[in-house]
Amino acid sequence: MIKKVMACIDASPYAEAVCDYSVWAANRLSAPLSMLHILDRAQHTNTPDLSGTIGLGSQEILLEQLAELDEKHAKLALERGRLILDAAKARAEAAGVPEVDERLRHGQFVTSLLELEDEIRLLVLGKRGFSSADAHGQIGMHIEGLIRSIHKPVLLTQQQFIEPNSLLMAFDGSETAVKSLNMLAESPLCKGLPCHLVMAGADVEAARVQLEQAAAKLRSEGFEVTVAIVAGEPDVVLNQYQQDHNIGLMVMGAYGHSRIRQFFLGSTTTAMISKAKCSLLVLR
Amino acid sequence: MLASIKQNWFSNLRGDVLAAIVVALALIPEAIAFSIIAGVDPKVGLYASFCIAVITAFAGGRPGMISAATGAMALLMVTLVREHGLEYLLAATLLCGLLQIIFGVLKLGELMRFVSRSVVTGFVNALAILIFMAQLPELTGQHGTVLVYSMTALGLGIIYLFPYVTKAIPSPLVCIVVLTALALYFGLDLRTVADMGELPDSLPVFLWPDVPLNFETLAIIFPYSLALAVVGILESLMTATIVDDLTDTSSDKNRECVGQGVANIGSGLIGGMAGCAMIGQSVINVKSGGRTRLSTLLAGIILLILVVFLDQWVGLIPMAALVAVMIMVSIGTFNWSSVRDLKTNPKSSSVVMIATVVVVVFTHNLAYGVLVGVLLSALFFANKVGRILYIGSSLSKDGHERSYQVVGQVFFTSAEQFIGAFDFKEAVEKVRIDLSRAHFWDITAISSLDKVVIKFRREGTEVELIGLNEASATLVDKFAVHNRPDAVEKLMGH
Repeated sequence: MIKKVMACIDASPYAEAVCDYSVWAANRLSAPLSMLHILDRAQHTNTPDLSGTIGLGSQEILLEQLAELDEKHAKLALERGRLILDAAKARAEAAGVPEVDERLRHGQFVTSLLELEDEIRLLVLGKRGFSSADAHGQIGMHIEGLIRSIHKPVLLTQQQFIEPNSLLMAFDGSETAVKSLNMLAESPLCKGLPCHLVMAGADVEAARVQLEQAAAKLRSEGFEVTVAIVAGEPDVVLNQYQQDHNIGLMVMGAYGHSRIRQFFLGSTTTAMISKAKCSLLVLR
Repeated sequence: MLASIKQNWFSNLRGDVLAAIVVALALIPEAIAFSIIAGVDPKVGLYASFCIAVITAFAGGRPGMISAATGAMALLMVTLVREHGLEYLLAATLLCGLLQIIFGVLKLGELMRFVSRSVVTGFVNALAILIFMAQLPELTGQHGTVLVYSMTALGLGIIYLFPYVTKAIPSPLVCIVVLTALALYFGLDLRTVADMGELPDSLPVFLWPDVPLNFETLAIIFPYSLALAVVGILESLMTATIVDDLTDTSSDKNRECVGQGVANIGSGLIGGMAGCAMIGQSVINVKSGGRTRLSTLLAGIILLILVVFLDQWVGLIPMAALVAVMIMVSIGTFNWSSVRDLKTNPKSSSVVMIATVVVVVFTHNLAYGVLVGVLLSALFFANKVGRILYIGSSLSKDGHERSYQVVGQVFFTSAEQFIGAFDFKEAVEKVRIDLSRAHFWDITAISSLDKVVIKFRREGTEVELIGLNEASATLVDKFAVHNRPDAVEKLMGH
């Protein structure tokens, strides 16, 4: 199966940017593009009948009522989903992607994506979904759960598409970071973009050695690399660095630690995502 | 994890709280009525309902389902309570819980697939009839006065007609309040709940059943515990399926078994009787807008608060009001369309349904009814499939050879028919039996084939079997072709 760039499109203000970023990625990877919309059916409750009575056939009547209610909502959602996808497809085709298909699926957001995991090469979605589009400074309710469970690269977009001119690779010397670096180095996605390899923390000899090794790897794959070590908390200083150098795309490995540890220490990944002012490529 | 807690508990706050109040109000008369059926004080059923609702809210596998003291379980306890007393009931409740946990761990919930639709309908109808019959003592004999009849009729009238006025107040509650007020105002001579036994006046306390821990005790309680465990699981899983269908969501049946077990152990330890999921209450819960675990939990808590603080008032409720509520529950539980469908459904399925009902009504034990129903469905099915067998034959031109083609299912019910299809009287030199489109399901089929071969040999006929290997591939116990399109094709095609 040819793996695809999969773009998660919903009715949020992010949809257009997601569409444009996925076009950019599909072109660079020369991969087919798939527009995906997931119909996550919320529980629709009936207008409560508090009479507390049950008579002959109550159960059948109730089933009929609830099914009708769900049907109405589902039909609307289906129709709307189709429209959103059609618009996204048209936009992608206008931008010159030859192969675009539409996927419309029922199910819970994260579970549905995991079911499609085998088809995915790169997943593109907005930093926040429809339900939390206005909650600035936070990340969408599904993002963390998704990134934890999916084993594919995820591109989280901002509301505006800005074609990445350079990239920032967040590097901390950990195993996750080295793996992510190798992935980045070998992928055609970012080939040719100037790369800032940045480490947050104290400027010590050990860090310098690690960073130079990593830079060598990138250079061997033809990247133009700038290295830097900045002191401070990663989520603060890395985002500051990005803004200072006007970098269009940040790349990082994700969730190296367990949930329990994160509960006590907080997660760098979550903090990075919520503070990022540019698009973010999260590698697993 | 936080997201799932939110989804399971707080995703439908308003609906759940309202539904919990409606359900709690409806649980009180039921818990009292079922205690009376079992022959114990109302407080035993009320404590049980509180405890079971609260524990299943956390441990159960079906959010939005209501479990509490039930009629199906109460009916099984009657003789145990009469002959050995309450303490033995509590011990039996503990053991029942333990058995249910074992059922859950062994994943016996999956055996539910052998319980056909007709058996489920029969179970539900039998349950409705039993709940109705349990109200009869209040309406017959010395209690059956014109006053009681008219009060019950008035109660039923309020229950079914009040929703036309408003659906914002539970009409069973209106019925209870109005009937109690009438009885007090006119000083009517009616039996009240207080006459039936002790009501809870405090929060439940932990207590270990006061029974000797020996083999004799076990021998007394085990049969009851087993019946309670089986019926509890059956009704709970059936109710879970009903709620699954109503809300179009799925549930974890094995977790439900364990949850019911834990709830019953909890109930036994605070002096409550065994219970299970309630079909009627669960439907009321969904109808009132309840969807998550929160409504189950709140229903239990509200129930306890109401009875502990209102115990003086609860005692004043006339039995006629309870009878009216219970008649409503019985009517609501009964599957009306099953009677309508009797004419159109296949006879075999109607027989299964009616047999289940009849056995339950005579034995007062839903487990026996289900057993009979399941056996009958299996027999009917075997009989039906046994008819899918065709044996054709042709004689060679010279008249010395006959070829038989066997198509279809050969197993214990069709073995006789299989043997009977061969003409042993015909004198031929050779017989060829083509089995490549037949399926031999068991050793009865194989032995009947042996019989056929031997009979032919005794007549001096040479026998050639074709395709025996394909035909007997189905003999193996673990035989399955799920998810293997090529295998299915081969099986159906050959």
